Amino acid sequence: MKPAVLTGEHFFTGDVACAEGALAAGCRFFGGYPITPATEIAEHMSARLPDIGGTFIQMEDEIAAMASILGASWAGLKCMTATSGPGFSLMMENIGLGICTETPCVVVNVQRGGPSTGLPTQGAQSDMMQARWGSHGHYEIIALSPASPQEIFYQTITAFNLSETYRLPVLIMTDEIVGHMSERVSIPSAKDIKTVSRLAPKGRKDRFKPFEPGPNGVAPMPTVGQGYNVHVTGLTHDEKGYPVMSVEAQDEMMKRITNKITNNLDDIIQTQSYRLDDADIAVISYGVSARTSLSAVDEARKMGIKAGLLRLITVWPFPEDQIRRLANQVKKMVTVEINLGQIFLEVQRCAGNKIPVALVGHPGGTIIPPESVIDVLKEPV
Amino acid sequence: MNENHIKPPEHPLDDLLRTDRIPHIWCPGCGIGTAFSACLTAMKTSELDLKKMVMVSGIGCSGRAAGYVKLDSFHTTHGRSIPFATGMKLANPELNLVVFSGDGDLFAIGGNHFIHAARRNVDMTVVCVNNLNYGMTGGQVAATTPHKAKTTTTPFGNPESPFNLPLMAYASGATYIARWTTLHIRDLTNSIETALKRNGFSFIEVLSPCPVNYGRRNKQSSYEMLKIYQDKGIIKNGAHPTEIDIDFDKGIILGDFIDVDRPTCVEQYDKTCRLI
Ligand code: SF4
Repeated sequence: MKPAVLTGEHFFTGDVACAEGALAAGCRFFGGYPITPATEIAEHMSARLPDIGGTFIQMEDEIAAMASILGASWAGLKCMTATSGPGFSLMMENIGLGICTETPCVVVNVQRGGPSTGLPTQGAQSDMMQARWGSHGHYEIIALSPASPQEIFYQTITAFNLSETYRLPVLIMTDEIVGHMSERVSIPSAKDIKTVSRLAPKGRKDRFKPFEPGPNGVAPMPTVGQGYNVHVTGLTHDEKGYPVMSVEAQDEMMKRITNKITNNLDDIIQTQSYRLDDADIAVISYGVSARTSLSAVDEARKMGIKAGLLRLITVWPFPEDQIRRLANQVKKMVTVEINLGQIFLEVQRCAGNKIPVALVGHPGGTIIPPESVIDVLKEPV
Repeated sequence: MNENHIKPPEHPLDDLLRTDRIPHIWCPGCGIGTAFSACLTAMKTSELDLKKMVMVSGIGCSGRAAGYVKLDSFHTTHGRSIPFATGMKLANPELNLVVFSGDGDLFAIGGNHFIHAARRNVDMTVVCVNNLNYGMTGGQVAATTPHKAKTTTTPFGNPESPFNLPLMAYASGATYIARWTTLHIRDLTNSIETALKRNGFSFIEVLSPCPVNYGRRNKQSSYEMLKIYQDKGIIKNGAHPTEIDIDFDKGIILGDFIDVDRPTCVEQYDKTCRLI
């Protein structure tokens, strides 16, 4: 029997590293459905979970997979599902239920080329806007974009910690390339892994309100079966969880589910700066494209071009302040992503009209070659 | 204090109701309230631990039930109450899951989930209030609407044929199956109690009048519908699910049809996957 935390040195694909990160974070329920290129996550969880007291179930579709993890989350477990484009589309309605009912869970999208069935076995980063607002209604979301198997291990733990802290589904927006590449993954000992669990309610059970925000804007979360008699609905509801069909209740609820994110941006957003201190050109990228960009920046520096990289580890909420500040410092920005311009639009919005913003992108199927980035970096600023 | 002030009498199910949410939304003459109180009565008489009892509903008139029961209760998305409840049950097998929802929710948009939960024999009780149409949205055709019946989306009569729900439950692997109407309150309550206490996937269909939509368009008042239940209802406990059609002219077969033992989803998982 293997332990929950596989301390040691491994050679893992991104998909397997993601599954191991989930287990290390305390995930004990996985509801899934097979889809390329995310299937290996489900396969790995199906083998590992029963051994460590967890449960795996392959549901009848992605709609059911998403519903099952919401149910399991209210039963007190840390839960995850993993999918790719078409399955992500099917999960959207219940991701909205998770947002509205403030239910912690982690959803992994190993992105492939789309639209529709698209390129099942080839990578893309073209679901980034769907991650933002793919479910109906206005809401805030958290989405992380890891760039390597080692990082997906850690970011999966972060995703669980954020979902438990802020009571919402957290998305890991990786891609086929990171999901299927094998690299060295070091797993520390269990005691060196910081895990966070949702705050349990205190005080009288009959007076407890499951949606009354605490000091950080987030309500403690009860577990079913403990006598709290919670009512949880996807209808607009008050702090007690009761449906209220009014403009005021809608306003109050929306403030609850958006403020807890927008008031804690410093705690949530992670970016990484590389050679930006004296840079004239800033490359903005995330996930596997940030790796391409990194070598492009190094090459450009060798040619005497003052390039740097801002890597977005958190893509949503969008690191607006970081981009705005950078726009005051550099002369040009270049967004690199495997789509025809999604995060590019956000960068443009935040950089304003101050500096030009270029896009290096293609519609999907492979990485962006560093040469394509270098070509744009070589253009006169 | 006004001497004429009369304290409203306590309802025997008050302790299981969110009285602060009453009045409910159901129309006068609707059968859902009857099915709902049969369910609450069964929960009480079962003497099971109510702390561990959870009600999960989908969307629709019947789907509002979860909002009135004073238990841990979940009003989920349209059609998805069963997979939500499946996740909850697997995460904590001590819980007693009751899915209370309508025919449109459970058998059209949610039909796939129903057959798979029955196949897996997930230990839960599914109570389906079958009002033969979509009540909440104003009376559209459902997967249960009789052939030729009028609804807002079948103005010329329903060209399609309905599902036979207990037969579908049987073919999918449900281990307890019953059908009653809102007239057969005692039988219905007993069946729900049996279902709550047993292991495995239990399914109870409750035929229920929707006078406001289905009844109005098909010239049946609530009273007339109950009269049909009385005149055409034929109780055949143990009848084989292939012989239990609903024929409003010839006869509506009611009863406890199936009660068999089969290892549940959780039992099978523990035995097959946990190699300790
Ligand atoms: S519309 Fe029909 S089913 Fe819905 S509450 Fe009214 S009578 Fe009942």
